Amino acid sequence: MTDQALHDPGMGQKLRSSRNVTERIILVTLLVCGAISIATTLGILWTLGTESLLFFRDPEVTITDFFLTTAWSPQAGSFGIWPLILGTLLITVIALLVAIPIGLCAAIYLSEYASPRVRGFFKPVLEILVGIPTVVFGFFAITFMTPILRGIFGNDVVGFFNVLSAGIVVGILIIPLVSSLSEDALSAVPDSLRQAAYAMGASKLETSLRVVVPAALSGIAAGVVIAMSRAVGETMVVTLAAGASPRNFMFGQESLWDIVNPFVGAQTMTGYIVITASGDLSYNTIDYNSIFAIGLTLFFMTLGLNSLSRRIVKRYRQEYE
Amino acid sequence: MSVEAPERLEIQEHFPTDAEYDKLLGKKNRKGLIAKMFFMAALATAVLALAALLYTIVNESFGLVAQVNQNEPEDIVASFGYDPSTTALADLSYDELVESLGGGISTNVGRRLEREQRFYADKLVFESDELWAEICSSDEPPAGCDSSPRDHAGVLQLVNERIVQPDIIAAANLVPSLLDPQAFEEDVEVTFANTPERFPDYTFDQVQFQWRAWLNPTFLVTPQSTAPETTGIRTAILGTLWLVIITITFAVPVGVGAAIYLEEFARPSRFNDFVQTNINNLAGVPSIIYGMLGLAIFVRALEALTSGAIFGIEQANGRTVLSAGLTMGLLTLPVVIISSQEALRAVPNSLRQAGLGVGATKWQTVRSQVLPVAIPGILTGVILALARAIGETAPLILVGAASFITADPTGPFSKFTALPIQIFQWTALPQFEWQHLAAAASLTLLILLLILNAGAVILRNRYSRRPQ
Amino acid sequence: MTNETTKDLVDVSSHEGPVETPSAQPPALPDDKTAVATEPAVERDGVIQTQNMDIYYGSFKAVHDVNLNFQFNEISALIGPSGCGKSTVLRSLNRMNDLIPTARTEGVVTYHGENIYAPGVDPVAVRRRIGMVFQKPNPFPKSIYQNIIWGAKINGFKGSKAEADDLVENALQQAAIWDEVKDKLQESGLSLSGGQQQRLCIARAIATQPDVVLMDEPCSALDPIATLRIEELMLELKQNYSIIIVTHNMQQAARVSDKTAFFNIELSNEGQRTGELVEFTPTDQLFTAPKEKATEDYITGRFG
Repeated sequence: MTDQALHDPGMGQKLRSSRNVTERIILVTLLVCGAISIATTLGILWTLGTESLLFFRDPEVTITDFFLTTAWSPQAGSFGIWPLILGTLLITVIALLVAIPIGLCAAIYLSEYASPRVRGFFKPVLEILVGIPTVVFGFFAITFMTPILRGIFGNDVVGFFNVLSAGIVVGILIIPLVSSLSEDALSAVPDSLRQAAYAMGASKLETSLRVVVPAALSGIAAGVVIAMSRAVGETMVVTLAAGASPRNFMFGQESLWDIVNPFVGAQTMTGYIVITASGDLSYNTIDYNSIFAIGLTLFFMTLGLNSLSRRIVKRYRQEYE
Repeated sequence: MSVEAPERLEIQEHFPTDAEYDKLLGKKNRKGLIAKMFFMAALATAVLALAALLYTIVNESFGLVAQVNQNEPEDIVASFGYDPSTTALADLSYDELVESLGGGISTNVGRRLEREQRFYADKLVFESDELWAEICSSDEPPAGCDSSPRDHAGVLQLVNERIVQPDIIAAANLVPSLLDPQAFEEDVEVTFANTPERFPDYTFDQVQFQWRAWLNPTFLVTPQSTAPETTGIRTAILGTLWLVIITITFAVPVGVGAAIYLEEFARPSRFNDFVQTNINNLAGVPSIIYGMLGLAIFVRALEALTSGAIFGIEQANGRTVLSAGLTMGLLTLPVVIISSQEALRAVPNSLRQAGLGVGATKWQTVRSQVLPVAIPGILTGVILALARAIGETAPLILVGAASFITADPTGPFSKFTALPIQIFQWTALPQFEWQHLAAAASLTLLILLLILNAGAVILRNRYSRRPQ
Repeated sequence: MTNETTKDLVDVSSHEGPVETPSAQPPALPDDKTAVATEPAVERDGVIQTQNMDIYYGSFKAVHDVNLNFQFNEISALIGPSGCGKSTVLRSLNRMNDLIPTARTEGVVTYHGENIYAPGVDPVAVRRRIGMVFQKPNPFPKSIYQNIIWGAKINGFKGSKAEADDLVENALQQAAIWDEVKDKLQESGLSLSGGQQQRLCIARAIATQPDVVLMDEPCSALDPIATLRIEELMLELKQNYSIIIVTHNMQQAARVSDKTAFFNIELSNEGQRTGELVEFTPTDQLFTAPKEKATEDYITGRFG
């Protein structure tokens, strides 16, 4: 037996098949698909960035004005962003005041008290709220919520456009975010902790509130931050229900109540963008560019909140182990 | 083992006595019960809010209306010899409808209508043939020269709009209509008696009270019109449909491809981590930002492409359904990627190893072993992402959805409107009729979403029960 | 961590105790105990007694007709093959089975003479007097201090801060862990090693002033050195508490317990596997001259 019979000189070729070329093409195609996502982010930053730059280059506008003045009246040439941020914040705060108690308590009930059947029924029911388009919520705000508020507080107190109605409805729409993420966090708390608490003579309430909820706090907090981010980016409800008048203010000239009054309307960042874009909008006007500046601010706000939420989860994840 | 145990601390005095403990336990139990009620109430509140929303929509979609017709539909039906009690206006044939239309409008109006859109492909109704040929060969021919002829629903709408001319002067919601229909009629009567200037053109005798389903089959197939009584959402539904097609065409291949890359091919590296984080971030960006991106890139920068100018379409701008579809595609892309990733992750590794073990390449393994198993999960994710996209309004506004168009979209370069846009427009209008129409459109949208979500759930259940 | 191990190593080498033997032989007894089979003529009532106790999960009978009498200041061990219901029996002694929706206990379980399953008895009140330590150490994700004081507080402890500090120190002393944690009371309970966490859990159970401590396989998640520490601790604690432990480790039962209950699985006519108490005898007797053949088969390794 010679060596030649054992070695196949063509083996090297056989192991390197021509299929590798196809593989490569496929790989590149797939890579391009993945890269499109990066292109999207770059596109967002580029678009918002360049148009904002045009906005700030306009002689009517200065960056200091944008971030430091407190009146937003484009017709009058005032471009301080704070009134719009104020509108967004007012609505977000009201929404969180609605969604956090309801969402968290519902989550506690589903996780700690309800039987699996009850939980299996109500969890999907709450998810339905997520699936309803926000424009329908806007309709609900105008048709149901605003009239009720005006009926309770009086037509002269509550305007047709008001922040309270929009805030409550946005709150309703983010309840599932809070409840679902909180419930996941609560369920993830190991049962052994509950057993330890019960074994010491704790009641169900004490166990739930003083052992389980603190243990799940990071997950709950992350859920709240996500809900907040959603409320900040919400557009249709606030456009329909909160109106198109920015709440301009001057420090020292208005009372605190005038600034935070929920019974009248206040335009939000998103509301301004929509109203401006749906009107007659010609490119390269200051109005057109202004929406991108607002959009850029909005983008960074939501990006910051989402990153915060992820950081909370990562940092405090080693809770029980 | 022989160490003395430390003294057991006799601090019983700081612990409650048995009697005190009983009281403490009683208090604990009471507090526990109140807390449980409170938590349940929170859940109930959330469910009630949902119920209130659904109630509001259904309540406004049906009810009694007080209506005055210029010409009664029954008269028109009777004029053709049919029995009005068994035959409705909608049952008339196309020719009959055209005939009755012609009988009730001036020739000028008829010509104008015909120039917008013809009634027949082979003959003209209001125009003479020579004049028509002349107009169509001029520099700016009207739309009717090229477009397809009207259909039954469209002409029915014209007959309603121009001949019947219904005017709804008051409307009631579903629940009041069911509980106390008399009250509605009396209200209208009282209004006529006390403030007749509110309805200057009519007297109370002319008013008909009838039941109206603002959401009805005719509503779904009728194009838009300026009169709330005769408008329909066909244009919007078709627009939404076109959007769905374009979104899927773009987002599914790219999204599934990216997911396959990330899950099957990518090695853990800083770049791939960055891509993943980026995708997660994109999923959380508000939809209005995508709208702005679409506006700047698709509508403006790529106007030549999206308006169809490249393909020779004239008088075009970038506010087409193609721009909107691509924008929505970008919007749904992160969600499609993430859910496809999850579907791929759920495929057991043993399948991959089996494929590779017989000498198949990575791609062959993925294509023939992994993908088929993951497809139901991917499909479910796509359907759910689509359901979310259908309800999005803000990006469409930014990208230039038209607020009022009557022509159905015919291709990717058409102007368009969509269901959520209609809801938005109609909600913002002050007249009460539009509120009912907004409710009807919302109900349509919700039903559509229900079907989609149910489909996804059924799909998921059917395929998760399959033995692996 | 190093301190603990070297200390234990030193202890082990000078330890006069049983040596691990192959399972074919019954476990060797400590030198200072003699295998005399004596039984008290009349047994006085113990701190916990069960009479004709049956435990069901739904329609499945998990445990049948258990009669036990646990004495004060003794360590009693429950042993038996896996699935024989010994953990179920243990958890019925402080009504922890109530947490399982389908569980049902019939019969009488008395604590200091009172039936804890009588209608109107609140399980929360039962559990404050009977502490429990679990198989896997489960300290709360709170500070060490908080872990100890929490149980006392919810049971109505009303002392000043200084008195609370005393309570915490005392509990940690009794659990033989005070020296190791006295400088880091504010650190998380999870920062301790497995064995330390379990001793923390024992301290936590003791802090509510029970007089019975139930332990459900307390050492099965620990390494042998930590196990030894806990066993030493049990022997110290028995002076002030009555301890009932479930263990699947026969040698452990032989090392620490005064009396041992052997449970076995009976196959009913319908094919149900129900646990039954075979015998409950002083440990030395059970391991040298068991009354029942089934016991002897188990401890000699013929099954289980």
